Amino acid sequence: MKAQQLKIALRNCGFIDPEEIQDYIANEGYLALASSLSGSRQAVIETIKKSGLRGRGGGGFATGLKWEFAAKPEADRKFVVCNADEGDPGAFMDRAVLEGDPHSVLEAMAICGYAIGADEGYIYIRAEYPLAIKRLRIAIAQAEEAGLLGENILNSGFSFKIKLKYGAGAFVCGEETALIKSMEGHRGEPVSKPPFPATKGYRGKPTNVNNVETFANVPAIINRGADWFAAIGTEKSKGTKVFALAGKVKKVGLVEVPMGTTLRQLIYEIGGGILGDKQFQAVQTGGPSGGCLTVKHLDTPIDYESLIAAGSMMGSGGMIVMDEDDCMVAVAQFYLDFTMEESCGKCVPCREGNKALYNILHKITHGEGTMADIDRLKELAVVIKSTSLCGLGQTAPNPVLSTINNFYDDYVQHIVDKKCRAKRCRALLEYRVVEENCIGCGACKRACPADAITGELKQKHFIDQEKCIKCGACHQKCKFNAIAID
Amino acid sequence: MLVTINGKQYEAEAGQTILQVAKKHGLYIPSLCYHQKVGVAGKCRACVVEVEGMRGLQTSCSVVVRDGMNVSTRSEKALQAQKLVVDLLLSSGKHDCLSCAQNGKCELQDAAYYLGIERPTLVFSDLEPHGDESSEFIKVDHNKCISCGRCVAACQKTVTNDVLDFGYRGANTEIVFDDGKLMGKSTCVQCGECVQICPVGALTEKKVAGQARYWETEKVKSVCPYCGVGCTMEIHVDRKLNKIVRVNGDENSPVNEGMLCVKGRFGYDFVDHSDRLTSPMIRNDDGSFRKASWDEALDLVATKLNDIKVKHGTDKIMGLASAKVTNEENYTFQKFMRTVIGTNNIDHCARL
Ligand SMILES: Cc1cc2nc3c(=O)[nH]c(=O)nc-3n(C[C@H](O)[C@H](O)[C@H](O)COP(=O)(O)O)c2cc1C
Ligand code: SF4
Ligand code: SF4
Ligand code: SF4
Ligand code: SF4
Ligand code: SF4
Ligand code: SF4
Ligand code: FES
Repeated sequence: MKAQQLKIALRNCGFIDPEEIQDYIANEGYLALASSLSGSRQAVIETIKKSGLRGRGGGGFATGLKWEFAAKPEADRKFVVCNADEGDPGAFMDRAVLEGDPHSVLEAMAICGYAIGADEGYIYIRAEYPLAIKRLRIAIAQAEEAGLLGENILNSGFSFKIKLKYGAGAFVCGEETALIKSMEGHRGEPVSKPPFPATKGYRGKPTNVNNVETFANVPAIINRGADWFAAIGTEKSKGTKVFALAGKVKKVGLVEVPMGTTLRQLIYEIGGGILGDKQFQAVQTGGPSGGCLTVKHLDTPIDYESLIAAGSMMGSGGMIVMDEDDCMVAVAQFYLDFTMEESCGKCVPCREGNKALYNILHKITHGEGTMADIDRLKELAVVIKSTSLCGLGQTAPNPVLSTINNFYDDYVQHIVDKKCRAKRCRALLEYRVVEENCIGCGACKRACPADAITGELKQKHFIDQEKCIKCGACHQKCKFNAIAID
Repeated sequence: MLVTINGKQYEAEAGQTILQVAKKHGLYIPSLCYHQKVGVAGKCRACVVEVEGMRGLQTSCSVVVRDGMNVSTRSEKALQAQKLVVDLLLSSGKHDCLSCAQNGKCELQDAAYYLGIERPTLVFSDLEPHGDESSEFIKVDHNKCISCGRCVAACQKTVTNDVLDFGYRGANTEIVFDDGKLMGKSTCVQCGECVQICPVGALTEKKVAGQARYWETEKVKSVCPYCGVGCTMEIHVDRKLNKIVRVNGDENSPVNEGMLCVKGRFGYDFVDHSDRLTSPMIRNDDGSFRKASWDEALDLVATKLNDIKVKHGTDKIMGLASAKVTNEENYTFQKFMRTVIGTNNIDHCARL
């Protein structure tokens, strides 16, 4: 049987009018809140625990347990925070939920507030999501008007308000402790855990932070029961996961599949296979600090533990497919460029170490690497992972480690042969005149900005490799297929 | 409770961190951001150790000891990490110990020496000079700064002047004064707390440059000669030249806990200034001064005071005491005015 999508988090997206609360209500909306409020706080937590729901923001922590931790401490105030910072480049799972079904998140936050004893919730959302912000504002106003948020919800005595906080787009502000710092108006820097937000979070009070997609699952679980949810997925990873499938697949976009679906099923059956039917080379899961998995991992089931065992991670749902034309060393460099830029700079291994990783990769992709650099990369990567303060640094070297493990030959080729198989590393290209084809028109010579081409009119031309700056202009200008790139 | 560190047992108190216990017993663990005054920052990660039963490396500055805890500060894994972290710090800056005022009391240098790092191995480009000499007394060298955050915490929390903070992000992170002003143009009051707490030569006293090295000076404990707070100071004296090289606050003094103000820390030039009086002077009839002995001077003053007392009465005399002298001296002075002169006209400049 062909693998199929199964929509739980995205159940309403595209099917209801997100600006119309009645549409949501007509689809079991706020039913879960009503039934939760008629039972005990502990019952809600038990249901979530039993469902096996785990955090969709990356870490995969058991959601029910997290709620229990936040419910436990006695405090005059508690808070619920929805993490809608979604900073992975190319990922838009959370945006889709907030734009398509904002009430599901509001409802879940209220349920969570009831369960842990909080009366206030915040959605930390990046300011670059104006439509999601607009829809959330409308949804909050409509829910308040309908008495589903605000004072004394459904006459239960429980009150819950939701406010928005805007993020400026720093990737690290998605890390929960940095997010809380940012909410408090400080520099968005992570702080060491413990204490966890569940004991000491926003304004020093117990705070439960969950991801958008995590919340979006909650009303469905309450409505249909923990057993229904727990029956989907694998032993330790229940339910579904939304992915933003991107890169060299035929059908890019958001997909929601049951946990346990294999990478092969996702890429070939749901994604339709590789673009132009080229050769699959790698798939990067887990966002910028996930790992690059290869053909031998294609039958890995998508669940938290299996992806980690394979050398990558679930992350928040970015998934980028690469074909034979991608250079894996350049890919590692691309991701390091991102994490290096996004490091908050608080701790040394991440701040300086990732920059060092990037610099070594840069050397290699420019033909200046040595074999010793590979060992250096590994050594650095291991130390950065084991000593960094927050998840960003602890995972940033993954693309380097996984590409060294899975595409070692690519590194060797760049270093020893000074060649890039995929012809992506410009500094390693060699532009050469194909003598049989050259008619001596001189177009290349006129186009060359580096005066690297010599040759008389109607004679064979020649490229001086010392002078060539690999701009490619000759290749573009030549009408006779006489410039080859090696 | 007992804690095992590198195979040996040590006495520890509840609530202490691994680093605190190690320090107390004279064991060295590289640590570049923790300072007892500003607390745990968890920023440098040089202090990582292995703890039995805990997964991965732990920062010894933040992990609180438990009875029976078994810690290894020198396991292969811990040493490799410590070494690489310190190497990264040396590599990402520009360190010339030869000319650095911090040479000999630099915590980065100590860590590199302990770990056997001969030279940084991860240098990818040369750094342009990047400093700030706009402040009267303090020199900033960003290329030596390791972003440990001690100065920022000290300025914000200890002396509560709120001038220093971190600006920019990632590898571009650097300390900034008032959101990016030159130090000399900022609201900095030049108390020098940041200089004293900086583990490296990123913030140094301008006056120290070229003077006797840290290990060459004698550290003399004294009380600040300026105001009535009476901060305890540690005066670094070059005995060969009999010259003050630097003044630090005494970190163990309950009065000022290492803090000083701009006068106390930097205002010591008067000590060996050529204008300073070193013997009593008596004014000649033409207005000029001549040197005199203490006996002659005191006799003269006594005679004159007596004359005024007899001719005009005791209340025509008043005394003004100085904050620069001790309580005991001030006490003696008022006793003298009241009982010997016989007046209550006595006051004090209370500050200076
Ligand atoms: C560098 C970094 C970035 C993160 N970004 C996000 C994010 O954009 N959205 C998110 O929900 N969680 C993000 N997380 C995970 C959060 O710290 C936190 O674990 C999560 O919001 C908890 O929610 P969950 O249990 O529902 O997954 C990030 C973590 C790290 C280390
Ligand atoms: S690991 Fe990176 S992002 Fe996290 S605190 Fe350290 S420097 Fe900041
Ligand atoms: S690649 Fe550019 S620089 Fe090199 S020969 Fe062609 S035109 Fe000249
Ligand atoms: S700061 Fe320390 S390591 Fe750097 S030059 Fe000065 S003494 Fe050497
Ligand atoms: S000298 Fe004092 S006021 Fe000025 S930056 Fe340093 S600590 Fe702050
Ligand atoms: S100036 Fe000194 S104390 Fe301040 S952050 Fe830099 S190294 Fe640390
Ligand atoms: S002058 Fe400054 S340093 Fe001296 S005692 Fe007063 S406050 Fe302390
Ligand atoms: S001393 Fe522990 S992290 Fe710096």
